[in-house]
Amino acid sequence: MNDHHPADHHAAGEEARHHGGHEHQAVPSDLALRVKALESLLVDKGLVDPAALDALVDMYERKVGPRNGARVVARAWVDPAYKERLLRDATAAIAELGYGGAQGEHMRVVENTPAVHNLIVCTLCSCYPWSVLGLPPVWYKSAAYRSRAVIDPRGVLREFGLELPDDVEVRVWDSTAELRYLVLPERPAHSEHLGEEELAALVTRDAMVGVARVTIPPGARRP
Amino acid sequence: MNGVHDMGGMHGVGRIPYEPDEPVFHEPWEGRVFALNLAMRAWRKWNIDAGRYEIELIPPAEYLRMSYYERWFARLVALMVKTGLVTREEVAAGRPAPGTTRAEPPLRAARVSSMTRTGAAASRDLPVAPRFQVHQRVRARMMHPQGHTRLPRYVRGRVGTVERDHGVYVFPDSNALFAGERPQHVYSVRFAARELWGDQASARDAVYLDLWDEYLEAA
Repeated sequence: MNDHHPADHHAAGEEARHHGGHEHQAVPSDLALRVKALESLLVDKGLVDPAALDALVDMYERKVGPRNGARVVARAWVDPAYKERLLRDATAAIAELGYGGAQGEHMRVVENTPAVHNLIVCTLCSCYPWSVLGLPPVWYKSAAYRSRAVIDPRGVLREFGLELPDDVEVRVWDSTAELRYLVLPERPAHSEHLGEEELAALVTRDAMVGVARVTIPPGARRP
Repeated sequence: MNGVHDMGGMHGVGRIPYEPDEPVFHEPWEGRVFALNLAMRAWRKWNIDAGRYEIELIPPAEYLRMSYYERWFARLVALMVKTGLVTREEVAAGRPAPGTTRAEPPLRAARVSSMTRTGAAASRDLPVAPRFQVHQRVRARMMHPQGHTRLPRYVRGRVGTVERDHGVYVFPDSNALFAGERPQHVYSVRFAARELWGDQASARDAVYLDLWDEYLEAA
C-alpha cells in the first residue's frame, strides 16, 4: 500500500539506542553528520534556504515558549472578563495578547478549580500548544507519559509530586484532533498583593500542562 | 493503523523521564531536523496528516528505539523520496544528482515569522451538518483501519457523551492518504474513566477526546 523503506528508518535509528534520555557527545554523532549532509543536499538543490532554518530554530529557541502562556494565565487571573473570554473562545482571547499561529490555530483552555484538575496529553504523537508553550519537553513526548496519563493520571501526577484528594475530579484531555489545550491553573493562595507581571513569573510550563500547581516561592511572599 | 504509536493505556513503560531546565534542543542537529521539517512542508507536497502517518509507518521496534527527532529525520527523508523532491541516491551521496537544476526555496528567512504566526487552520468554514448534538451519548466505532486514524484503540467501542461541538475540520484518515479533506464536525467527547479502564479507575475521573463525526455512532 505504501512505499515505505524500513532501512531508512533503521539507519537513522542506529544512534539513540539505549539512551534513557539524551546523550551529550563531544564528537559529532553519525546522526549529526547525516543531518548535516541532508541539509547540504537540500541547500544545494535550492529546496531550502539555510537562513530560514536559522530563523526557525531561533524562533522556537528564543521567541516562542511558555512565557507566552504564562502571560495568558496571569491576565486571566487578574481580569475576570478576559478569563471568561478565554474559557469561551481561547483562540481569540489568546490572540488578544498577540499569540497564535502554528500549533495554536485552534485553542481550548481548561480551568483547574478546587474540584477539578485537568491534565493534557497526546497519546498518539506529541500534539502540544506551541504558540503558548513552545516545543514540548522530552517527558511529554515519552512513551511513559503518553501511555500512562490516560490510564493512571493520578499515578502520573504523584510521580510529579502532586497528590490529589479522592474528591477532586481528574479530567485528562487527549489531543487527538487539531485542538490544542492549555490548563488554566489555580491562582496561588495569598497572591493578592502580586501584579500581573509578578504572577506571570510564577506560572510554569508544567502547571499549564497540568502536572504541577503554581506556588509562591517563600521569597516572594508578602513580608 | 494499530501501531506502536497508539500508546494510551500501555503498561510496563517505566517512569517519566523528567529533566529540569531542559533545553529546547539537546543538540544542534535536533534544531536543524525540526527546521528542515517545517521548511520542507512549505513545498506543499504533503500535509500534516500525511506527516504524522509517515511516523506511524516506522516499524515498531525502530520507533521505540529512536529519539523524537530521529523519527522526524526518518519521516522527512521518507516523504521527500516518496514525493520525488530527492532521490535515495542523493540522500546517500549528500549532493544533487549531476545535471540537477537549482530550485527556488518556497520559504525564505524573511517569511518565517509570518508563517509561524499565521499557522495553518485545519477548520473549514463549510455548511456541513453535525450528526450529533451536545449532551448526546455516542459510541466510538469499533474499527481497525490499516491507514492513518486519530481514533485511539483504547476508546474504540466505548460510550461517552458529546461535551462540545468544535465545528468542521479536515478528516485526517482521508487527508493523510491524499484522498480528500472530507470536512466534518469534531466533537469533544467525555468518557468516564471506568468506561475505559474498569473498576481500577476512579469513579470520578474522565478522559476527553476530540473525535470526528465518522468515528462515532449513536449509543
